[in-house]
Amino acid sequence: MSGIVQGPGPDAVFASQLADGVFEIQKCGNCGTHVFHPRVICTACGSADLKWVAPSGRGTVYARTIIRRKPEKGGDYNVVLVDLDEGVRMMSRVDGIENDEIAAGLKVSATIGEGPDGAPAVVFRPEGDTP
Amino acid sequence: MSLRGKAAIVGAALAGCGEAHGKTSMEITIEAAHGALADAGVPLEQVDAIATCQPLDMLSGLSLAQELGLNPKFTMNNRMGGSSFLSHTLWAAMLLELRLADTVLICYGSNQRTASGKLMTALGLPTYEAPYKPMFPLSSYALAADRHMTQFGTTREQLADVAVAARAWAQKNPEAFVRDPLTREDVIASRLVSDPLRVRDCCLVTDGGGALVMRRAETAKDHPNSPVYLLGGGEGTTHRDISEMADLTTTGAAQSGSAAMEMAGVKPSDIDVVQLYDAFTINVILFLEDLGFCKKGEGGAFVANGGIAPGGHLPVNTNGGGLSCVHPGMYGIFTLVEAVRQLRGEAGDRQIDGAELAVAHGNGGVLSSQVTNILGGAATL
Repeated sequence: MSGIVQGPGPDAVFASQLADGVFEIQKCGNCGTHVFHPRVICTACGSADLKWVAPSGRGTVYARTIIRRKPEKGGDYNVVLVDLDEGVRMMSRVDGIENDEIAAGLKVSATIGEGPDGAPAVVFRPEGDTP
Repeated sequence: MSLRGKAAIVGAALAGCGEAHGKTSMEITIEAAHGALADAGVPLEQVDAIATCQPLDMLSGLSLAQELGLNPKFTMNNRMGGSSFLSHTLWAAMLLELRLADTVLICYGSNQRTASGKLMTALGLPTYEAPYKPMFPLSSYALAADRHMTQFGTTREQLADVAVAARAWAQKNPEAFVRDPLTREDVIASRLVSDPLRVRDCCLVTDGGGALVMRRAETAKDHPNSPVYLLGGGEGTTHRDISEMADLTTTGAAQSGSAAMEMAGVKPSDIDVVQLYDAFTINVILFLEDLGFCKKGEGGAFVANGGIAPGGHLPVNTNGGGLSCVHPGMYGIFTLVEAVRQLRGEAGDRQIDGAELAVAHGNGGVLSSQVTNILGGAATL
């Protein structure tokens, strides 16, 4: 089977890159489709020729929810689905904006932020906003 | 070759609905199975194929065989979440038609309310969603509701009217767990959990079980109660995690529904009564659209102002649904039991006069698995 490589699988590669502060997605060498989450084969054509590429980081909020939490437990926080310009979708969070101002259509840019346990996570900020 | 009308549900029962203090999930399951066999007039030893799916027991099919003391020819344990049981009926019909089995028992039970007070699940958060701490499964449905509102202008009031209709049906069902009056204003004033969904947009957490006995159509009349024939069925699986769902406003019910209706040779306007898996209010709007009862984007208007309540234009979830009747984690089997009761004319104050054709529709995961069954009485064969 061409394209299958020895060593760590796509999940481990992604996690390792993220730990180094690098956010990459996959692109199919056969049909050019971008792929996220990380996979073994391309969901568009079935090819195993997936290569890591740096996305533009630009995206658009597709849907959002605000999880309501008591202030003493950390307060409300948002969860969004973002469509990257490359055509893939991911769950994330938008920082640097009031929760109520986040809505579908909001243009956002990816950055490496923190997940709840302090580990690196891909998060977004409103486009043009610098952390 | 078609499965249309080849197999029938000849026995159905519920057990332990609401609160079943001191009982295990498997005990509730067996109570339901015992009830369904009695309803069918079938002795236990005639059961030669079984099906179940339980949230915490990965090998629940084996546990079921053990508890029944059976050595079945086939043990179905396909796990698709709450839709599993509507898939079990399709596999049961295949086994029966191929004469690989003669009597199939499908059952479920859960004690999640009295055992834990919340959804019991073996599922963890998906790898690529966990860092953002969505509520499982609520936030997935909240995202779908948000997108539907954005894309089609579906309103907060329309979501509320789904819950209000469910409650109005529950008030006609003495077995429903919650029967207090509920208004649109009550729903909109209830606690916000994960925008736009509020507490009253969410299904109950109850105990409960249900079971069905299926046999070939040719022997289905040899039982105490009128047979309910499986006329059509179909499945659709689109993803597992909500972040992988291509279009949050269109579910696999579009595929499962059209396949089921094609097999049955019916169209949505022929259907007399509809039972949908209403884990959250948005589900009902999505499934009514995807199953073809209204156009995409018009589900909100369809359910508004009592459209699916008693006296509305389509009776939906006549038992009160997962929102007001019973929701022990995997609701799918209850859509089938209520459809059977309606088609037998046993639904009491909530009976739909002359009901001949019913849709039972199950949802599994986070809008991930959709399975549709079309059921009918003898006149529909």
